[in-house]
Amino acid sequence: MNAEEVRQVLLDILSRIVPDEDLSGLQDSVPFREQIELDSMDFLDIVMELRKQYRIQIPEEDYAHMNTMGGAVSYLVPLMKSVSATA
Amino acid sequence: MRYDTLIIGAGLSGLAAGIRLAHFEQAVCVLERHTTIGGLNSFYRLRHRNYDVGLHAVTNFTPKGTKTGPLSRLLRQLRFAWDDFQLVPQVGSRVDFPGKSLRFNNDFELLTSQVAAEFPAQVDGFRQLAEFLAAQELGVVTDPDLTARPVLQRYLSDPLLIDMLLCPLMFYGSPTPDDMEFTQFAIMWHSIYREGFARPREGVRLIMRQLVKRYRELGGELRLRAGVKSILRDGARAVGVELDNGEILEADRILSSAGLVETLALCGTQPEVGEAPPRPAPGEITFVETIHTLDCQPADLGHPETIVFYSNRPDFRYANPAAPCDLDSGIICSPNNFQYDEPLEEGAIRITALANKDYWMQSDEAAYTAAKQHWSDQITQAASGHVPDFRARTVDTDMFTPRTIRKFTGHINGCVYGAPRKCWEGTTPLENVYICGTDQGFLGIIGSMLSGIGIANRYALRAT
Ligand SMILES: Cc1cc2nc3c(=O)[nH]c(=O)nc-3n(C[C@H](O)[C@H](O)[C@H](O)COP(=O)(O)OP(=O)(O)OC[C@H]3O[C@@H](n4cnc5c(N)ncnc54)[C@H](O)[C@@H]3O)c2cc1C
Repeated sequence: MNAEEVRQVLLDILSRIVPDEDLSGLQDSVPFREQIELDSMDFLDIVMELRKQYRIQIPEEDYAHMNTMGGAVSYLVPLMKSVSATA
Repeated sequence: MRYDTLIIGAGLSGLAAGIRLAHFEQAVCVLERHTTIGGLNSFYRLRHRNYDVGLHAVTNFTPKGTKTGPLSRLLRQLRFAWDDFQLVPQVGSRVDFPGKSLRFNNDFELLTSQVAAEFPAQVDGFRQLAEFLAAQELGVVTDPDLTARPVLQRYLSDPLLIDMLLCPLMFYGSPTPDDMEFTQFAIMWHSIYREGFARPREGVRLIMRQLVKRYRELGGELRLRAGVKSILRDGARAVGVELDNGEILEADRILSSAGLVETLALCGTQPEVGEAPPRPAPGEITFVETIHTLDCQPADLGHPETIVFYSNRPDFRYANPAAPCDLDSGIICSPNNFQYDEPLEEGAIRITALANKDYWMQSDEAAYTAAKQHWSDQITQAASGHVPDFRARTVDTDMFTPRTIRKFTGHINGCVYGAPRKCWEGTTPLENVYICGTDQGFLGIIGSMLSGIGIANRYALRAT
């Protein structure tokens, strides 16, 4: 998967975790939590959905990378490069 | 078969925990002793009518689209859409004490204006109290010995107002007599006064059906008539359970909604004498409820209120009464009085009163039936100052007691709000047995589901 595809994966996950949020204007460099209502339980769900759907393990010390869309995409691209976008 | 997680109890907390675990692909099984789901919040059919056990109103109601608060968090965590629970807001409720009434609904402004009108000298303090409570982080216990009354007394000087404000919150969630743990109080304040009441038109069946459907779709296993006789252990770890029929199931961890003391008994780790106080103890607060089916809508008799909390004494007494039932106070609930598009077919008035925990367990069958009839009449009579006389319109009556609750949920003393000391961390002396539901600390319909979710996240999902 390339960066754009990883971004789409994250958007799909977010749209299921916070279905009432409008994600169309989400900015890459601003923390998710400043743009949408995302509590710590929801945040953990992003990590767990990635594990469930793509078998990616994200250790707790790396959670900080996941605070923004930009950070999450750069962190995940190397981990997901062998995943095909149609998976 | 070896499970990742076994869950004891198919009540709200157990099923909510089950949905989380099944969603994240655990091998999970919910074990329920009774023949049906629901626990304290179950339902039954009697003489061709559907009855709910534990639903007056769903608390914590916030309107569709609200992005914060317990209800929205719960829906997101379980991946339900807002419409799945079909919650319809209340019409309005009232606290009735001798000479004073306070009305409230799902808009906090009404309560504030009522306090201003009825207790003008207190309203500034009331506003400050509301601000103070709004700033609390809910469910975070800083001092387990802090109770509500001293905090209320900091802001309010009229004991009548203090008792009137406490009355609905204690009735809907206090496991302790006369006063309640501050954390519990702050949670109840938000769930009743700041958020509010709602109900699915179909009652609790709808909520339970949605939970089970989702749980099964996700591959979760549910076994009814599968009581857990004991939790099997290897030293300080649980390795599985033995069912009432002798069957053995193995698991990596166990989540129990059976109650703290009840679960410790299953583990064979009764609290030891001399254990650091406070020792785990079962609660003593329980209720009877008489349910009248009417041949008309309560509103047609001049009773439009959703719920009336009343005390016939200015000093509200909330305790295990010496008499079989406490006739001095109660809750009058009409499931008809929510803002439905279509009225319910039949009218109903439910009256709940504090009940003696021992009396209802001891009576023999004939005496028990006679006592139910007698006390149902007494309670209805005692409530008559707070609801128009509907007795001529009653077409059927049923009553449940602490004994009913004990029989169908296994909770010691038939206690509705569980142990006086909550176990907020959810841990037990066994390293992989966790408490969820009422005795973990969050109770009520929304609260107990959130408890199941929280404990599942913390001990069964994060840790794996
Ligand atoms: C009369 C009444 C009215 C209520 N009204 C309201 C209301 O209006 N609004 C509101 O929000 N809340 C209300 N509640 C409270 C609410 O119903 C409870 O807080 C909630 O249902 C608790 O859920 P739980 O999962 O913690 O426990 P439970 O529902 O008690 O679940 C525990 C389950 O475990 C099972 N079990 C126990 N031991 C074993 C064993 N050894 N093996 C297998 N299974 C076992 C029990 O059978 C039970 O099904 C009411 C409760 C009652 C009784």
